Amino acid sequence: MVNLIVIFMSIVFVNNFVLSQFLGICSFLGVSNKMSSAVGMGSAVVFVMVIAEAVTWPIQQLLNKFDMGYLQTVVFILVIAALVQFVEMFMKKYLPALQKALGIFLPLITTNCAILGATINAITFGYSFAESMIYSFGAGVGYMIAMILFAGVREEKLYNEEGVPAAFKGVPLILVSAAIMSLSFMGFAGMFQ
Amino acid sequence: MTNVMTPVILVTVIGLVCAGLLVIASKVFHVAVDERVSQIRECLPGANCGGCGFAGCDDYAAKLVEDETLSCSLCAPGGASTVEAIAEILGRSAGSSDPQVAQVLCNGVCDKSRKNHEWQGLQSCKGAKGWFTSPNACMYGCIGLGDCVEECEFDAIGIIDGVAVVNRDNCVACGMCIKACPQSIIKLVPMKSQVHVLCSSTDKGAVARKNCDNACIGCMKCVKVCNFDAIKVEDNLARIDYEKCKSCGLCVYECPTGAINTFRKLKPKKKAE
Repeated sequence: MVNLIVIFMSIVFVNNFVLSQFLGICSFLGVSNKMSSAVGMGSAVVFVMVIAEAVTWPIQQLLNKFDMGYLQTVVFILVIAALVQFVEMFMKKYLPALQKALGIFLPLITTNCAILGATINAITFGYSFAESMIYSFGAGVGYMIAMILFAGVREEKLYNEEGVPAAFKGVPLILVSAAIMSLSFMGFAGMFQ
Repeated sequence: MTNVMTPVILVTVIGLVCAGLLVIASKVFHVAVDERVSQIRECLPGANCGGCGFAGCDDYAAKLVEDETLSCSLCAPGGASTVEAIAEILGRSAGSSDPQVAQVLCNGVCDKSRKNHEWQGLQSCKGAKGWFTSPNACMYGCIGLGDCVEECEFDAIGIIDGVAVVNRDNCVACGMCIKACPQSIIKLVPMKSQVHVLCSSTDKGAVARKNCDNACIGCMKCVKVCNFDAIKVEDNLARIDYEKCKSCGLCVYECPTGAINTFRKLKPKKKAE
């Protein structure tokens, strides 16, 4: 049990996917301009990461049986893409409200490297099924926390303020603030051994 | 051989299983969508550019069917053919989907208008205007450095003789040039309207005339000659009500300065006795 908590906390804070491992940066910078879309994207990532992990872990066992663990990247991409499509169809039928809430984000994260990273990492670390589920859930939560924090920063629109040198306005300052945020997350390093 | 074949077969099998599942799922979880949504979706270019203001082409198609008042001409990349196709699917009358086109309301060509100073700084309209006023004597007119040309995705606007001119065949009325113009002299007008007041100056007649030979001087001649009550002079500038205008061209004959122009070929003006 303690083991699971340590895995969860360390992936949320110490090894945060976005701010420490720099996975999923594209969507992190792209969709964090509004709080509502950051929350939507974040919850979609949590959702997809968990179900992707639940499907890819057994598939890895299957691959191992054939002695072909090296195929994981190819097979995982294939499976995750199909899975997201499947889930979207399912939600359209039975959970239209959720489908509307996640909206365009669901198909967009099909090929997000954070999703593939979480599934492959869990296998590389040799986690059991329960551990890898917690790991991927934590990875999603960490992504969501980073998105929400950064959307909060960006909604202040400080990077377009008067007095900001022209060369720094907009994207450059967004990148700088992302870097500062990443630095601040380094403070969590060493929280767990 | 087997070493190569096993992974190939394995991946193929997994791919086929996924494909099969998706096919079954698409049948089992099929949701009856309004047929028109998928029809409209096929007309749209599928670039998901978001130019219409909705989250992708699917969303725009769905909203079009839901909301009858939503304009079907929001898709700039699709152009006129897309607008027509959508209007047909939705069964809207041609009237409500009246195609529009951008029009530059200035005719201050080089040899007709005067300059205040020569602008040698950054070669953009915004830059030139930022100096303190436009380099033209007329502070309302086209600066002619082509901010709109830069912005146009469809090669539909160009600078001819110092003034921006829209090529009506290419224009899709996306409105990008309108946003780009620091003088705000580009407007969307109905495609069928042929007669336009090509001047935006609200200066008094004498001042306007001094700055530009083609300026509207607010003389009211056009107002008097119009049979349809379609033209009004406000703030020393003639303005055409495109809903009333029949593009007859009487005002074009009457205008003493050449501010009112038409795309129609008119018979040469009869000499007054």
